[in-house]
Amino acid sequence: MEQAALTEAVYYILLSLIKPMHGYGIMQKVEEMSGGRVRLAAGTLYGALNTLLEKDWIEALSMQGEERKKNYKITYLGYNALLSEIKRLDELIKNGTMIMEALSNEKECL
Amino acid sequence: MKKNVYKLFWPWQFEQEEQWLKQCSSRGMQLIDVGFMRYTFEMDNPEVYNYKVELLNYWPTHAESESYIRFVEETGAEMVGSMMRWVYFRKAKRLGAFDLFSDRESKIKHLNRVLALFVPLFVMELVLGLMNVSIPRTMNRVVGILALLVCALIGYGVYKILMKRSQLKKEHVIFE
Repeated sequence: MEQAALTEAVYYILLSLIKPMHGYGIMQKVEEMSGGRVRLAAGTLYGALNTLLEKDWIEALSMQGEERKKNYKITYLGYNALLSEIKRLDELIKNGTMIMEALSNEKECL
Repeated sequence: MKKNVYKLFWPWQFEQEEQWLKQCSSRGMQLIDVGFMRYTFEMDNPEVYNYKVELLNYWPTHAESESYIRFVEETGAEMVGSMMRWVYFRKAKRLGAFDLFSDRESKIKHLNRVLALFVPLFVMELVLGLMNVSIPRTMNRVVGILALLVCALIGYGVYKILMKRSQLKKEHVIFE
């Protein structure tokens, strides 16, 4: 199935939700994974989570006992979308490095 | 100790409003409630906050809004007050940066909500103004001119928001 590029936010949200996590947890995880570069703001994250819920790419886990925050987890569909995105990104990187390396080899010969 | 400050911000100036609240906070005035043109500050809280103002889709008491506000509060912020569909959030500066939107898409969506607030009003005032101006009676003329003045003001606001939005959209062509 053809799939358009995921936004950076969605990509990192899906990646975080391999393990169940609540909203604030996702924000912290994404910031940590990206070395502080990607900071998801609460409103943006909320909108993205709702869209992903609608698409069935993630699910909301029922709250248990003492828990006061809602936890989310990736679904099978979301997992597949994430896998094909990683493949797509891999292709981009491969082509990029290949051409850049060829270019630097050429320069060395001159 | 509490202090009320009366100040007017037009709805399209919500970013200036946020800046002002931030400045007040660094001077020791912490917003704890809002009303129509009224800002209530507490004067004995040494904490410094960042403030954010957002126009929601629904009133704050609506289930959808409640769920959203709870979500934002879980991230370390708190809602200090609301004015119709506008809500005021704050987060202590020491807890880190505070933003509601981190991508262009959600910023544009928010601006669209603000636009939706004004465009119908603009059209209404325009029709009201033109209709009354065309009636050759002093009373109608006065009402018509007043309506057209309001219309011009709202038009200015709409223009400001449109400019902001098109700037965001321009960047969207290159960046995600």
